Amino acid sequence: MTTLFSHIGRYFIMMRHVFAKPEKMRMYRIELFHAIETLGINSLPIIAIISLFMGAVITIQAAFGFTSPWVPLYAVGVTTRDSIILEFSPTIVSLILAGKVGSNIASEIGTMRVTEQIDALEIMGINSSAYLVLPKIIACVIINPFLIIISMFLGVFGGWVLGMFAHVITSYQYVYGLQFEFRPYNVTYALIKTIVFAFIIASVSAYHGYYTNGGALEVGKSSTKAVVYCDILILLFNFILTQLLLA
Amino acid sequence: MIELINVNKSFGKRTIISDFSCRFEQGRANLIIGESGSGKTVLLKCIVGLTEVDSGQVLYNGRDFIKMNGREKQNIRKEMGMLFQGGALFDSKTVEENVVFPLSMFTDMGEEEKIERANFCLSRVNLKNVNHLYPSEISGGMKKRVAIARAIATNPRYLFCDEPNSGLDPKTANVIDKLIHDITIEYNMTTVVITHDMNSVMEIGDKVLYLYNSRKWWEGAKESILGTDNKELQEFIYVSKFLKEIRERELGDAGKK
Repeated sequence: MTTLFSHIGRYFIMMRHVFAKPEKMRMYRIELFHAIETLGINSLPIIAIISLFMGAVITIQAAFGFTSPWVPLYAVGVTTRDSIILEFSPTIVSLILAGKVGSNIASEIGTMRVTEQIDALEIMGINSSAYLVLPKIIACVIINPFLIIISMFLGVFGGWVLGMFAHVITSYQYVYGLQFEFRPYNVTYALIKTIVFAFIIASVSAYHGYYTNGGALEVGKSSTKAVVYCDILILLFNFILTQLLLA
Repeated sequence: MIELINVNKSFGKRTIISDFSCRFEQGRANLIIGESGSGKTVLLKCIVGLTEVDSGQVLYNGRDFIKMNGREKQNIRKEMGMLFQGGALFDSKTVEENVVFPLSMFTDMGEEEKIERANFCLSRVNLKNVNHLYPSEISGGMKKRVAIARAIATNPRYLFCDEPNSGLDPKTANVIDKLIHDITIEYNMTTVVITHDMNSVMEIGDKVLYLYNSRKWWEGAKESILGTDNKELQEFIYVSKFLKEIRERELGDAGKK
């Protein structure tokens, strides 16, 4: 229990340094663009592939599940839309990003720690936590909502293509289902969740990397710990935010 | 000038530095020698503030570094250059970007001016045509030289070197030693070097401190170190058979005279 509180305390101390005034805005901007590319744009292919196939699978499962003649076929479109917008894209994709982006951040910063690169930054008089972490947090908070919106479109698109290809639903019924009682607030809810999850992914992973102590083995351990903690926190905040925003 | 007064540092019950006091003069290469695990690196980290001391004072031109606030510490650190044991070059940046980095962070130089300064620093450490290579593409000796070039890019007042010769062949080690010595004089810096290499001591040591049992065991000029009667220091210096034989021969000659 003491260890947990010491982690929480150290995390908030690091965050206080992260949000300190940058030494030179231009250098932070360069890091921000670099982080947007490595953490965001490079994640696009895996998000696209997973979203397309998950949308397709949800559509097929829904079509085979609705066997009652009382359930209209367009309910398949409604189910696919709501599953993807409410849960799959914001939460499951964020869990996937925690694995890809979180381990990337933790191992990058952890390696810099064990090879004394962070000490070198400190010796130069640079606020190392701000320089290394702030651009990554901003990059994730900016780029993740775009990734999630793309994931939503591709998920719904995957369901539409596969639904027609497998002859489980017609294009008209699927599109009618997508439009049926559509609540734009669901998208707002998904994006709020995404922003909170993006902050968790970047900051918690950076924390584990920044406080790595030892050698290559510890970098691996930090990377694993970062992913595990991010996943737990995402699931916890998913529950809290759903209670707050939907209940 | 840097002055340490009664510096103490422990990790748990293990004492690493005990009651350490000394003065490092400007324009001189000050060497701290000692066996592996004697606390040399911890002492250096205490001096530059990477490790907090338990008690004592670290004075930079009379101002206590430990009592300074974050902003004041940052300002002092902008006057420091440090050569780490492994070089600590930024992996994701090229050699040129590594040298340019502190200039971009702390000066208002234009791009051309920065490149010009980086080229000057790289040529000062005898490196040419490596500007666009990454640290993983150059040798250990070259990495150390790039780290020196990065350290001197902003004309620091203090230079700290943590085992600059570790892992290098004697010839390259000699080049690095000479470079540190020349730069110290050229830029009138206060240089503190951590080493256990006696060649370095004889090459660049204006002032030498021997760390033993967590304490300052011996202090003096390099000229007086070979003739020391300090038993522990003698054991440290004459550990190699080659040097021991030279020492015995010298003592024999002196006896005959």
